[in-house]
Amino acid sequence: MDYEFHWNIVFQNMPELLNGAFVTLHVSVLAMLLGVVIAILLAIAKMNNTKFFCHVATVWVEIARNTPALFQIYMAYFGLGAFGIHLSPYVAVLSALVFINAGYLTETFRGGFQSIPTTQYSASKSLGMTSFQAYRYIILPQMLRRIYHPMTNQFVWSILMSSLGILVGMSELSGTTQRLQSLSFRTLEFFIVAAVMYFVITKLVLFSSSLLARRLFKGEI
Amino acid sequence: MISVQNVHKSFGDLEVLKGVSLDVEKGEVVSIIGGSGSGKSTLLYCINAIEPINSGKILVDGVDVHAKETNKDKLRQKLGMVFQQWNSFPHMTVLENAALAPRIVKKMSKEEAMEIAKKELEHVGLGDKLDVYPTKMSGGQQQRLAIARALAMKPDYMLLDEVTSALDPELVGEVLDTLRLLAEEGMTMICVTHEMGFARDVSDRVAYFHQGVIAEIGEARQVITDPQNPLTQKFLSKVR
Repeated sequence: MDYEFHWNIVFQNMPELLNGAFVTLHVSVLAMLLGVVIAILLAIAKMNNTKFFCHVATVWVEIARNTPALFQIYMAYFGLGAFGIHLSPYVAVLSALVFINAGYLTETFRGGFQSIPTTQYSASKSLGMTSFQAYRYIILPQMLRRIYHPMTNQFVWSILMSSLGILVGMSELSGTTQRLQSLSFRTLEFFIVAAVMYFVITKLVLFSSSLLARRLFKGEI
Repeated sequence: MISVQNVHKSFGDLEVLKGVSLDVEKGEVVSIIGGSGSGKSTLLYCINAIEPINSGKILVDGVDVHAKETNKDKLRQKLGMVFQQWNSFPHMTVLENAALAPRIVKKMSKEEAMEIAKKELEHVGLGDKLDVYPTKMSGGQQQRLAIARALAMKPDYMLLDEVTSALDPELVGEVLDTLRLLAEEGMTMICVTHEMGFARDVSDRVAYFHQGVIAEIGEARQVITDPQNPLTQKFLSKVR
């Protein structure tokens, strides 16, 4: 192997890389939060008897889950651009990730909800609880335990998928890496460091989420 | 007193209760026996308003259970219910299971609720399991937890829906013993059951359900050992 590694240039540009990593985390967290909120609404719509809302939710979920993330980012950036709606790279990637997160999480939430036996609700009611109390104390806490890990996975997925921002010129970790390596021609070094940073970010997310889980869910399930 | 008056109840096209009337006095234990699909469990669900009825009336201490203006959540505090599948809350310890409803429904302080829950758990023989999670316990223990959880609300009546049917045979005894204890203490109970021995020994009266109606009702020992209706005779000869 006659490739000579030069790491110095990478470390000189560390502040910029860290800044990119921050943008990556930023867009993923936001995409997750908005995705969760929309997914709750879509899951309710899907379980609702009102046909219209149910159809809207179904179409959303089907498109989000059965088309490549890359296309969705292109649609948000170039597609909407063709109609005169110009989103910044950040907003385009954010909207695409929210769209996909919401689609996947809808099914996670619906499955989690339906996995709680209806008899848990009857048992709660038989103790004199109101519907609100039955959901607040019995149904939702159990549901949260079941959807917690799929939700964490979705979060990790959206951190990694935000790297597609590179394709629409977003300055997250991958976009920044791409720019810096093309200025310095130290392709391998920059991408290795970026990969390590992705790894560290996702591991940190997984670690803190399991810490949180241990605090939240003391019981067995 | 629970008074069921000519109750009809359908699920879609299927009429499961076809005019059922039954009065249960305070302190009385009434067992309901009958084949599956005869409507016996449905009656319990109708008594505590989990299922609506189509016509007729159910009065609990004079309050019309199914009237619009009745606060059903409040009414259910009087009616403890235990299900075939024990339905313990798996995300809470045994003590928390029993203390939850007194705390949030009756608005007791945490200490007070815990105190009552503990007492009822000791009552059913689970005093050493307070901090265990229910999924770690046997079906019989979970079913006794369900009984204690209902008792912690200090109900005036207990509705028991085939509480031993889902248990392994060797666990049935401990649950029946608990119910026997309650009966001795004067708890008013309506038990849907397949345990004929229990129905005969513990209840005051036994009602035989057949296709949505009470085909025979009478003093417990008489119905079980000397049934008058040929339908009851046929049923009992099959389950024995």
